[in-house]
Amino acid sequence: MIVRKKDRVVVLGITGKQGTFWTEKMIAYGTNVVGGVNPKRAGETHVGVPIFATTGEAAQKVGADVAVMFIPPPMAKDAAVSAAEAGVKLLVVLTEHIPAQDVMAIHAAAAKHGTRIVGPNTAGLVTPGECFVGIMPAFVPSVFKPGRVGVISRSGSLGTLVCLNLTRAGLGQSAFIGIGGDPMLGTTTRDALEALDKDAGTDAIVIVGEIGGGMEEAAAEYARDVRKPMVAFIAGAAAPPGKKMGHAGAIVTGSAGSYSGKRKALEAAGVTVADTPAQIAPAVAAGLSKNSKDVA
Amino acid sequence: MNFEEHAAKALILAPAGIAVPRGMLCISAKEAAVAATQIGPCVVKAQVPTGKRGKAGGIKLANTPAEAGQVAGQILGMTIGDYTVERLLIEEQAKITREFYVAVLHDTQARKPLILFSTEGGMDIEEVAAAKPDAIRRLLVDIDNVPRARDIVAMLKGLDLGAAEQQIAEIIDRLYQAYRARDAELLEINPLALLADGRVVALDCKFVLDDGALYRQPELAKAGSPAAMTDLERRGAEAGLKLIQLDGNVGVLANGAGLTMTTMDVIRHFGGKPANFLEIGGEAYTKSEIALDLVLSNPGVKSLVINFCGAFARTDVMADGVVKAWHKLRPKVPVFFSIHGTGEVEAVKLVRDQLGIEPYDFMEDAIQQAVKAAS
Repeated sequence: MIVRKKDRVVVLGITGKQGTFWTEKMIAYGTNVVGGVNPKRAGETHVGVPIFATTGEAAQKVGADVAVMFIPPPMAKDAAVSAAEAGVKLLVVLTEHIPAQDVMAIHAAAAKHGTRIVGPNTAGLVTPGECFVGIMPAFVPSVFKPGRVGVISRSGSLGTLVCLNLTRAGLGQSAFIGIGGDPMLGTTTRDALEALDKDAGTDAIVIVGEIGGGMEEAAAEYARDVRKPMVAFIAGAAAPPGKKMGHAGAIVTGSAGSYSGKRKALEAAGVTVADTPAQIAPAVAAGLSKNSKDVA
Repeated sequence: MNFEEHAAKALILAPAGIAVPRGMLCISAKEAAVAATQIGPCVVKAQVPTGKRGKAGGIKLANTPAEAGQVAGQILGMTIGDYTVERLLIEEQAKITREFYVAVLHDTQARKPLILFSTEGGMDIEEVAAAKPDAIRRLLVDIDNVPRARDIVAMLKGLDLGAAEQQIAEIIDRLYQAYRARDAELLEINPLALLADGRVVALDCKFVLDDGALYRQPELAKAGSPAAMTDLERRGAEAGLKLIQLDGNVGVLANGAGLTMTTMDVIRHFGGKPANFLEIGGEAYTKSEIALDLVLSNPGVKSLVINFCGAFARTDVMADGVVKAWHKLRPKVPVFFSIHGTGEVEAVKLVRDQLGIEPYDFMEDAIQQAVKAAS
């Protein structure tokens, strides 16, 4: 789920306002956008990219390693299932508010065809200095710069802030993995942690979590065996229980998904948990210097 | 979206062919007494879209019409959770021999529909899971298919169901189909009762409609119960903004759920109390003008944090909306800005030139100042 410059990217819904805006940004940054999909405009060229009727046709003619969806909720299931059937290896689902039973159908199709889903309701993936897929401000130099810290985030806005703070502290990023704010995600915190743990370009890992669900707890299980320094921030400590905090997944019901449970699980696994976002970068720097001393 | 019991029974269970007790909906004690003359010995049930109605005293037995009227008078007007009781369901009393539990819901970890069944009906499923885990059976379903009859039989195998296995298996099948057809997030029958005459009847029903599917369930969307809201929250909802009013005095205007929650957390970290959650993320980032009006309309607000970190949301567009609203509203409380990400150069310039305010480099500093100003 770390995107690379060589990955051939197809944009579903490329001709819409957002599809157009972000495709231009992705291409300008270095993303290898090879095609777009819109059945009504097949055969045309849009923002310099050929448009195909289906993802299957795009995959056949120009190749499709990665697909990214700028598709509204009612059409999201069909678009995602077609992309999985077309053999896309990585499908980035930006769409928020897809009906939950459609999301389950998307995950079922992905499992059947061996497609990895990132999202739904993700802001996307950034490999600073190389390429990005989604709706992240990769091109804002104060936010992202190439480096060796991997960042996992459920939230786009908060993930942006965390990368900004790292960049200001002189800590560049190896990859930003936006996993999404929905309750049923294709790529979990644990999946992303494993990918960054195995990534040779990553020396430290930041986990930006949220109240709700059990993803941070599951990631903590894996974190026990990770040797790279890890720092986490969990949003929602001040959130009232029983209320959905914007993200459909960010809700505390009973004792499940609580801030304190997540914090305890992560700390027990050796992850430093920051109280505020500004504490993240200093904690990462401290972790890196301790690790290099351990190695020396 | 939640539904009251009577709506869930009438709109979901009955059309699916799942038996429910005879009942009538009433809005006054007088109507309840009249209903009881037709129904006989009855249960008077408060209709509010929340749990724990029984524990709150909202469900009572009545054996005569006079008693029904009297009990109805006690229950109407009661407050249960966030709701005032305005409607009652008058239902025939059932001769119960066994109580079961059945539900279909999303298993968010497996990312599949999950059927839950328990022989301990009438209890909270969480309590049963803690006290008697062996009494619960689970069946994950492939969303592209329906549960196979043999899988349902296997799920129920070994449980003492009082010779009602067939009826229960049939109900589970129908409940699953209703869950799929009606875009349920949760469809629960608790208790599902085996009666003295051998029938299996749904005595209660909880139905939660997936908010993401409201657009394709228009009939149900009209029949559901809107969440209890303050006037300010309602104004937010009408503008398409998710606003939660809280009891603090530091107002929050931020983009994205994660950043908004974090702004609240940092307010609390510095000893302050947030006055609201208000998200203008996603497509709503263009609504900062109305959003500023909303946060300033909260009478408890003594200072305000405006915290933008643009990814998809363009901070220049959000700042432009704030500036426009500012000239109209002339905020009387101090406002502290932090602006970063997409469009930040233009956004900071707008705020600096138009409002004469210098945004803070770190959100923590803006928030600390706001907390200080509010106390």
